[in-house]
Amino acid sequence: MTHLANNIVHFARILRASGLSIGPDRVQDALYALTLSGLDHRDDVKAALAAVLTKSIADRPIFDEAFRIFWRDPDLESKVRAMLLPQVESRAGQQKAPMANRRLAAAFFPHAAAKPVAPMGTQEIQFDAALTFSPEERLRRADFDTMTTEEWAEARKLVARLRLPMAEIATRRFVSGTRGTHLDFAASLRQSLRNGGDVWPLIRRQPRTRVPPLVVLADVSGSMERYTRMLLYFLHAISNAGSRASRVETFLFGTRLTRITRELHHRDIDQAVAKVEDRVSDWGGGTRIGPCLKSFNYEWSRRVLAQRATVLLITDGLDRDDGGVLAAEMARLKRATPQLIWLNPLLRYEGFEAKPAGVRAMLPYVDRFLPVHNIASLTELGRVLASNQRGTQHGTDRQLYASR
Amino acid sequence: MNTIDSVTTGLERAGYIADRQLATVIFLALKMGRPLFLEGEAGVGKTEVAKVLAAMLDRPLIRLQCYEGLDLNSAAYEWNAAKQMMAIRLAEARGDATSVERNIYSRDYLTARPLLQALELAQAGTPPVLLIDELDRADEPFEAFLLEVLSDFQLTIPELGTVAASANARPVVVVTSNRTREIHDALKRRCLYHWVDYPDIEREWKIVTTRAPEIPEALSREVVAFVQRLRRMDLFKAPGIAETLDWSRALTALDAMTLDPATVDATLGALLKYQEDIQKVRAGNN
Repeated sequence: MTHLANNIVHFARILRASGLSIGPDRVQDALYALTLSGLDHRDDVKAALAAVLTKSIADRPIFDEAFRIFWRDPDLESKVRAMLLPQVESRAGQQKAPMANRRLAAAFFPHAAAKPVAPMGTQEIQFDAALTFSPEERLRRADFDTMTTEEWAEARKLVARLRLPMAEIATRRFVSGTRGTHLDFAASLRQSLRNGGDVWPLIRRQPRTRVPPLVVLADVSGSMERYTRMLLYFLHAISNAGSRASRVETFLFGTRLTRITRELHHRDIDQAVAKVEDRVSDWGGGTRIGPCLKSFNYEWSRRVLAQRATVLLITDGLDRDDGGVLAAEMARLKRATPQLIWLNPLLRYEGFEAKPAGVRAMLPYVDRFLPVHNIASLTELGRVLASNQRGTQHGTDRQLYASR
Repeated sequence: MNTIDSVTTGLERAGYIADRQLATVIFLALKMGRPLFLEGEAGVGKTEVAKVLAAMLDRPLIRLQCYEGLDLNSAAYEWNAAKQMMAIRLAEARGDATSVERNIYSRDYLTARPLLQALELAQAGTPPVLLIDELDRADEPFEAFLLEVLSDFQLTIPELGTVAASANARPVVVVTSNRTREIHDALKRRCLYHWVDYPDIEREWKIVTTRAPEIPEALSREVVAFVQRLRRMDLFKAPGIAETLDWSRALTALDAMTLDPATVDATLGALLKYQEDIQKVRAGNN
């Protein structure tokens, strides 16, 4: 029995090292479960352990692999560790020195300030006329090194100034209040008894309000990279704005879709961005908006759009391959959300027309079409979200856009 | 129910064809007295597990269907304020104020909702099967409230006290989720987790012949093979077992003996619920 206990403890430790969260109580449960299920059948042992040690279908591949290796032969344990450890270590190894170091370096050696970079933020960003989007995926890392102290400070200022005030929506949950339409008899009675039963205060029920969640889909392809990088700071700020602010789910896409919600929740902005950098492999590469939206619709929309979430789509819509996929997926996305807002940095150009096939395919499905290229446009975004005019602005934006 | 095999046969007798994994988890949930947390795509038979468990164990089934805004009043208990007020008026008329003070917050004036019902049944010696269906539809505050019920099998009513099920007569709790959002870890920790997957071809065929016995055998094999093929296609919503059964019944109602393109075309709506998916299958079918 003690031998079994030892093995379970080791097994749990290996799973933990691979990223599953398993508390000591679970180990105890696992032992108990095994004494019940018996050790005669390998499959029963596996099912019993899985029931106790996994908490999501996402844990299953790791569990299955660990189980396969570990329980083949208990003596193999050291080998198993040897096999699993490099992964663990490489994960730890990838923990880059936080970017604070670079800021430190810049602070120590101000004159060595690397390359001259066009300051971001208040000044208008020069649009890269080369439109470097290509269908090939360029698997290269994002080049965050160009972010100097100066640029970073601009971004910090931008972030510090901006909040995203969102209009609250009524839920079907009620709180006691003074303005409601329904009387809360139970609460009124309780209150009256508390005061001796002579006076009956009328306590009403009013709907509790809640900020709807926000889902952000941001393009990191070559033609959008700079804007998205700037927006990462903004997204980090609104992701960590506290419990009364809306829950933010963030996805980046170029040639593939990557969820970075978890990474952005890291308190320290630089570590958060470093983690995002680690996760996203298609920075500055080509763009395939249609297939990326499709993978969002298939894998995530039902999980993150269930509670009346507003969707912010940040892309220039410069996509080559259309073939109907893009329009179909945009239509599907629109059906899943009450408010779909498209932020497009190209919109600030006077002569911008809906010429690119991608833009033409996407435009019919958006509720709001707004520019995003400087602080002013982000402030405007806040104003729109706070105005609570969900999906009613079709006309105005289109006209606005058509008049350009 | 002392072995995993007896659980399998018990479920089968009640009309549910479970794979070995699911049987093991159910066996453990019964033995360990832990809630069972079932996650999976819509229509793979999560809710059915609870119904069948109730039949198998010969216990009452209490169902709590979750929805956004589900609160204590409709999930656990509610004070019957109208009845309380009536009692106050009557007592006033009798000039008997002390009885009001003593009785107004007693069990008589409490309306039990599913959670309290389940605990009270357990207290009375007939622990029921409690189904908390589609928990992902409820909002997060409700999850937090469930923690007390699911870990200690007790419910605290401030005015009345704590209602608790004893350790040897706990309700069997089945929680299901379609995974439209992630349920909090704290709640999952208290449960045994199982992902209900689509069945393999053999098991699905067995399910079809068990639940829709009127279907001709040759047709049932074709149906199952067709559905299994659909699940490998790139569809927005693959058909679940519920859809397979619906389709089998639809085909039987049409007196179909084999699958031909025209029949498939006419009945595809029983199987696929998204227009794009139907179009895609039609395009491939022709």
